[in-house]
Amino acid sequence: MSFLVINQVSMGFGPPEARREVLSGVDLSVEQGEIIAIVGYSGAGKSTLLHLVSGLLKPDTGSVRLDGRIIEGPGPDRGVVFQNYSLLPWMTVAENIRLAVDSVFPGWTEAQRAEQVDRHIHLVNLTPARDRRPGELSGGMRQRVSVARALAMDPQILLLDEPLGALDALTRGTLQDEISRICRASGKTVVLITNDPDEGILMADRIIPLSAGPGATLGPSFPVVLDPTRDRRALNHDPHFKELRAEVVAWLLGPGARPAVSVSRKLILPDLEPEDLEIPKPLIGGRRRPRRRSEERRETVDLNP
Amino acid sequence: MKKIHWESVVMPLVGIALTLLAWQMISGRTVTRSLADGTVEEVKLGWVQDLPGPVQTWEKTRKYVVEPFAKREELDQGILRFTWYSLVIVAKGYAIALVLGTPMGFLLGLSATFSKMFDPIIQVLRPVSPLAWMPLGVVLFANAGKSANELAALFTIAVCAMWPTVLNTAVGVRAIPQDYLNVARVLKLSRTQTLFRIMIPATLPYMFTGYRLSLGIAWLVIVAVEMLTGRIGIGNFLWNEYNNGLYTSIVLCIVTIGLVGFSLDRAMSLLERRFKSIL
Ligand SMILES: Nc1ncnc2c1ncn2[C@@H]1O[C@H](COP(=O)(O)OP(=O)(O)OP(=O)(O)O)[C@@H](O)[C@H]1O
Ligand SMILES: [Mg+2]
Repeated sequence: MSFLVINQVSMGFGPPEARREVLSGVDLSVEQGEIIAIVGYSGAGKSTLLHLVSGLLKPDTGSVRLDGRIIEGPGPDRGVVFQNYSLLPWMTVAENIRLAVDSVFPGWTEAQRAEQVDRHIHLVNLTPARDRRPGELSGGMRQRVSVARALAMDPQILLLDEPLGALDALTRGTLQDEISRICRASGKTVVLITNDPDEGILMADRIIPLSAGPGATLGPSFPVVLDPTRDRRALNHDPHFKELRAEVVAWLLGPGARPAVSVSRKLILPDLEPEDLEIPKPLIGGRRRPRRRSEERRETVDLNP
Repeated sequence: MKKIHWESVVMPLVGIALTLLAWQMISGRTVTRSLADGTVEEVKLGWVQDLPGPVQTWEKTRKYVVEPFAKREELDQGILRFTWYSLVIVAKGYAIALVLGTPMGFLLGLSATFSKMFDPIIQVLRPVSPLAWMPLGVVLFANAGKSANELAALFTIAVCAMWPTVLNTAVGVRAIPQDYLNVARVLKLSRTQTLFRIMIPATLPYMFTGYRLSLGIAWLVIVAVEMLTGRIGIGNFLWNEYNNGLYTSIVLCIVTIGLVGFSLDRAMSLLERRFKSIL
């Protein structure tokens, strides 16, 4: 049995009468030590899927198992890198990581904990910034702190939610290489969420597209068979890379995976009824008669290819 | 840059000068006139005849200001000595307000049930004047013997000053970003750890806004409390001098109370800004 198994998971939000299905019938299995990437549209439910694994959310139906056990809640065996970093702004870099180390390794001595913190700060090349607060760091640096915090918990699986989403293209490239290196060196199982197919292909062993919501579901797996020491410059000309990217994008743009486009607009009918001069004009919003229901109408047109 | 600096010093001084001038103009003065029959008559002139002018105020009250910590008699002490007595009692009442108000705010912010239960009561008690609380305080602590007076005073200050702390803390707790709480859950922090390492730091800026407003109210209440209880202090001094018809001292007290209140607010807002800058 695989290390992480998601079986027929559905998830929705909202009260029963106005329920919005976000995920439906999601199946996924990930082997130990595998790095997988999930690509999908913004708002499709990628973060929701990740939080089902982290235990912050519970699925409506279906099950999520890690190492054979059903996930009941969050725990330190799953290191999460949140989409918006979620560092605590009143703590320095070292203190943020220390908080994680303290809570995961209560039995360790002071020296062991300090060593763990310093080693992980060094791992993400942030030693010069160890005593700075998140507010004084750039986005990329915060991102690396977040990765270091997750790794310092020595989790069995690393969950990265669009770790580079907020960065510019150039910084993104450098950090992709860096995070790839760290993930591969750690030998941990990694689930990487991204909205960029290139990023997924570059960093993962397997890439799985998520269709657009509502009721999003995972598509087929596309295994990435590239040299693990991928050089991003050479990659742009690699035929397998190009082909893979074309396939993933084609699936995402294909029928069923694409978001339904709907156009919504307010229709105001022409005003044919004359003003009634008998009714005194109100002080504000000077109309002399009640608004007709027919005046405001919203029309939504679904455009499907 | 230079110009702003210059203006921020000179403009307030101009404002003060204009205020003093206006004060001088509306204040009354006493003139002695010799009448035809040889007797001397004192006449009061001016718009507000009993209001002493700035010069007169300074002359009559300088002994309180030049020796601010002097203690000549029980009711004749330097102005800062009186202020000190008041500050001590305010500090005690304020401390009680914070110690009670902060946890209350946390409870309100954390529990929707608690909030629904007590929010209406708080909203009703909040606008009640210190003058209304004071007699209740006296009744409550009537059996406390010698310290009854002080306890009633502390009760009034605490119960009036508490509300901004309670409400701001509650707002702050409700405003803690879900992200921080998610971090706590993923790291499996215990309840106490979540409270002390996540919730309190995240709420501090709001708490300090509450603390600053509470301090302002505590200082506002002290005058009323001293007038009613007769405790020695600046409010009591003001009341006595009013009863003795020494209006110059009233002006001195008002200015002192204002300056002290202003300094307290400044000090607290410095602290507050320190915490806001971190978040
Ligand atoms: N706590 C919640 N309550 C209600 N609706 C939610 C909640 N969390 C997510 N949703 C809804 O679920 C859908 C998917 O959200 P999710 O955050 O998983 O998207 P995403 O794929 O991560 O998007 P992005 O790429 O922008 O991060 C959205 O329509 C969102 O409005
Ligand atoms: Mg997301």
